[in-house]
Amino acid sequence: MLSPANTNYYVKRKNVIIGIILLTGLLFLLRLFHLQMMDHTYKLSASNNVLRYITDYPARGLVYDRNGELLVYNEAHYDLMVIPHQVRDIDTTEFCMLLGIDRDIFETRLQRARRHSPFRASLFERQISKDTYAGFQEKLFRFQGFFVQPRTLRSYPQPIAAHTLGYVGEVGPEVVANDPYYRSGDYIGISGLERSYEEVLRGQKGMRIRMVDVLNRDAGPYMQGRYDTLSVPGDDLFLTLDHALQIYGEQLMQNKRGSIVAIEPASGEILALVTAPSYDPNLLVGRVRGENYRELQNTPTKPLFNRALMAQYPPGSVFKIVNTLIALQEGVINLNTTYSCPGAYFSGGISVRCRSHPGPVDMLRSIQYSCNTYSCITFRNTIDKPGFGSIQQGLSNWRNHVRSFGLGQVFGSDLPFELSGLVVSPDYYDRVYGSRGWRSLTIISLAIGQGELGTTPMQLANLAATVANRGHYHTPHMVKAIRNQNDTLAGVESQRNQTTVDPRHFEAMAEAMHLVVREGTGAFSRIPGIEMAGKTGTVQNPHGENHSVFVAFAPAHDPKIAISVIVENAGYGSTWAAPIASLMVEKYLNGSIERHWFEQRILEANFLNR
Amino acid sequence: MKRQLDLFKDIDKTVVVLYLVMVLMGWFNIFAAEITESNRSIFDISQSYGKQLLWIITAFILGATVLMIDVKFYPTFSYLIYGLLAVILVGVLFFGTEINASKSWFRIGGFAIQPAEFAKYATALALAKFIGDAKTRTPGWGLRLKAFAIIGLPAVLIILQNDMGTALVFGSLLFALYRSGYVGTSLLIVAATAIFLFILTLVINEFIIIGILAGITLVAAFVIRKKRHELLQLFGLFIILSVYVYTVDYAFENLLQPHQKLRIEVLIDEEVDLRGAGYNLHQSKIAIGSGGFWGKGYLQGTQTKYNFVPEQGTDFIFCTIGEEWGFAGSFVLVGLFLWLLIRLVNMAERQRSTFSRVFGYCVVSFMFFHFAINIGMTIGLVPVIGIPLPFFSYGGSSLWGFTFMLFTFLKLDSRRLDLL
Ligand SMILES: [Zn+2]
Repeated sequence: MLSPANTNYYVKRKNVIIGIILLTGLLFLLRLFHLQMMDHTYKLSASNNVLRYITDYPARGLVYDRNGELLVYNEAHYDLMVIPHQVRDIDTTEFCMLLGIDRDIFETRLQRARRHSPFRASLFERQISKDTYAGFQEKLFRFQGFFVQPRTLRSYPQPIAAHTLGYVGEVGPEVVANDPYYRSGDYIGISGLERSYEEVLRGQKGMRIRMVDVLNRDAGPYMQGRYDTLSVPGDDLFLTLDHALQIYGEQLMQNKRGSIVAIEPASGEILALVTAPSYDPNLLVGRVRGENYRELQNTPTKPLFNRALMAQYPPGSVFKIVNTLIALQEGVINLNTTYSCPGAYFSGGISVRCRSHPGPVDMLRSIQYSCNTYSCITFRNTIDKPGFGSIQQGLSNWRNHVRSFGLGQVFGSDLPFELSGLVVSPDYYDRVYGSRGWRSLTIISLAIGQGELGTTPMQLANLAATVANRGHYHTPHMVKAIRNQNDTLAGVESQRNQTTVDPRHFEAMAEAMHLVVREGTGAFSRIPGIEMAGKTGTVQNPHGENHSVFVAFAPAHDPKIAISVIVENAGYGSTWAAPIASLMVEKYLNGSIERHWFEQRILEANFLNR
Repeated sequence: MKRQLDLFKDIDKTVVVLYLVMVLMGWFNIFAAEITESNRSIFDISQSYGKQLLWIITAFILGATVLMIDVKFYPTFSYLIYGLLAVILVGVLFFGTEINASKSWFRIGGFAIQPAEFAKYATALALAKFIGDAKTRTPGWGLRLKAFAIIGLPAVLIILQNDMGTALVFGSLLFALYRSGYVGTSLLIVAATAIFLFILTLVINEFIIIGILAGITLVAAFVIRKKRHELLQLFGLFIILSVYVYTVDYAFENLLQPHQKLRIEVLIDEEVDLRGAGYNLHQSKIAIGSGGFWGKGYLQGTQTKYNFVPEQGTDFIFCTIGEEWGFAGSFVLVGLFLWLLIRLVNMAERQRSTFSRVFGYCVVSFMFFHFAINIGMTIGLVPVIGIPLPFFSYGGSSLWGFTFMLFTFLKLDSRRLDLL
């Protein structure tokens, strides 16, 4: 053969390459021989065993109130699972009888499971009863391909705080597709704390690998459990909620629509978060959840609607607290500024009516009597203050002050689905009236907390807390501490937020609110032995009876609780919201109620049909 | 008629038969690995095995087309094809689709094509052309560097696509370079030592290895204590190796992305992460191990059907073979690959033109690397690097790429007497 010398110069290297190829092949065959012939670790087929992967679901974390009272725990139940590929020679009639289902249903479900995967476990029957489970356990070996998967379900010792606690349900396909932790059929927190603390509460799933013989009998753990992973139970939550106060609040709000939010001012801890009407959280557990959910959804009083965080009302006269503080800060009034009130505020053909009250009012009296005239004058002076140049500047400045109270924005608390409320910017009015088409009189309703304003009950309670703290607030939150599996308790800190108004103005406002309860619009709701400070509000409601609003804190000089109460369609703030707030405060500070007739009146009131 | 006869004239029948056997075996195994419902047809093109049939048919057409092209075409257009592929590789960086975190795909309808697979073919052509034209048996550093650059360019572009596995494949061309004298035996030894120390470093603490190296150095120093010059070289070598070991450890701890790190850790201790990469390896070993000698029979595998091993039809296809055909089947498969590879080596040696010989060795290099890494990873001998098993794994790009290479070489071989 003709071969140029240079091509064959390195011809011996061919042997090195062939040597490497053969050596690799030999190494593979040795390894395969070892894996397939010698090492019995991997050999299951000899006894025709199959491996079954059983997910070890951890128990979700427990939930306690601030005093260690149990609010949420778990109960065991059992899911019947099927691996279609392994189903053979079973007595369908007996099987259906044990389970109490039709043959058709049996076939449909098996078909559905097969479509999901013939080789992986699918849910066949959800949450079988303990009796059915007992019956099955004995005969399971005759139903090849079926096995029982233990799970846990949420349970609630008392039917309270449903919206706050939230509920758990099966994950949707979107979550399964985007989060590798979840498999179809897993549970996930859908609302409330179950949602916002999902990763804390859920724990860590484990996986047990069991060997199963031809008779569907468990042949023990695979490789002595070497490859099993243990599940880790979820961490426990300790809430800021006071369960006694919560129960009492829910009682007071029975047959009413509205909300109570109580906050500890020094910490921002939410003591009670009442939404009425509510529902029993036990209704949204397990196999009845879907049906009950639909029923609750169709109830006209909307029990699923979390009013405390999501209902947005104009604050009414309660908002005078904010406007007056801003006026003091801007220097358009001082404590001695006095205006006379002719029973209404008249300007430019517009009149804002006031309730009859004694003579000219200074700042303290204006709050005490909730004088609309005073509020309208100071509001216009605040917006039109010389130096801003334009109404837009004036309103912008006012809006910045308002937002520093946490209004018009979400707190970012640890509860999901808070709404921000509404504090509109000058742009809004520019769009409606044109940039030269409006002045302070156009937006005069803001002076008395009406018009383009929206606040949630939680924001109003926080407003009370801010005055109680003389100028700052801590972001309201619901979880006080998290206890992990090593029994170590980690506290949850919340942010401190300062308003744009000087603390000394707050001192005056606290005094004014104290006057309201001592001898003003809230005097009806004085609590014997407790100095409470508050502000009433009556929110005009174009759709029916006015909403009754009250915010308060107590004791006035060393506040331990700040509260907001809204009772929809109940009328004046002083007649319904204020008494309810006073009962809550009395209950929290004294532990019991002395004013029985007063309490009875509230318990018996029914505003649902208004 | 004459032309058709010409087409297959002098084509190496053994290789063609081996090719057909492997491709068809592969198809049946993809069916076995991916089947989910018992009554589905193997021809269902909504399923991977149905799609694979389309890929196989088109691969046959491509193979026949390659045989029809004039043999002069390949050396003439080598650089052009190489340049074109380089442009496409850059293009995929900007316009490609991301699949499994690597942006290296072009999507056409329900099919995805990975240009990187064809880059191997182009690189083989270019390298063969370069070495063929150099006409020297003792290439200087300039030539060597150029040869390395030809290999390095596509590799770097593919690394930029975040497809480390495919980029590594280009390293296998070391064999082709070695046979052509561009790489000496010493470099092969250095490469082997580097790989050995690399894996060792990941298994054992780097300071223990440096300690062992120090021990060996001291013993060797004692033996050659009289020769001062060699003593100096010995200590120099010790320092270089120690620095290398330390660097590897540092790079592993600090520079690798978590998933890359995990893949390597898993090889060393599969219990590191049973849910992730280690879980796959463990599942893969159960599947293969449970096959025993004769296997469970076609479509009778239970482990591979759990879908616990992802990429079952692609990178972990060997599991299905191991489980359903047992040691006997594995033996046959390894045997087929060895037969094909050694046959190709011998065919490369019988070429008269350097171009054809180098191209043949490139084909051998690529195919061997894929074979070694893919099976090595499923049986836990090398880290999990996602590269397909030639002719067996699901996927058109890989099948087309290897078909191109193999048939081009068959054509070159059939005209070996005409080419110089
Ligand atoms: Zn008045």
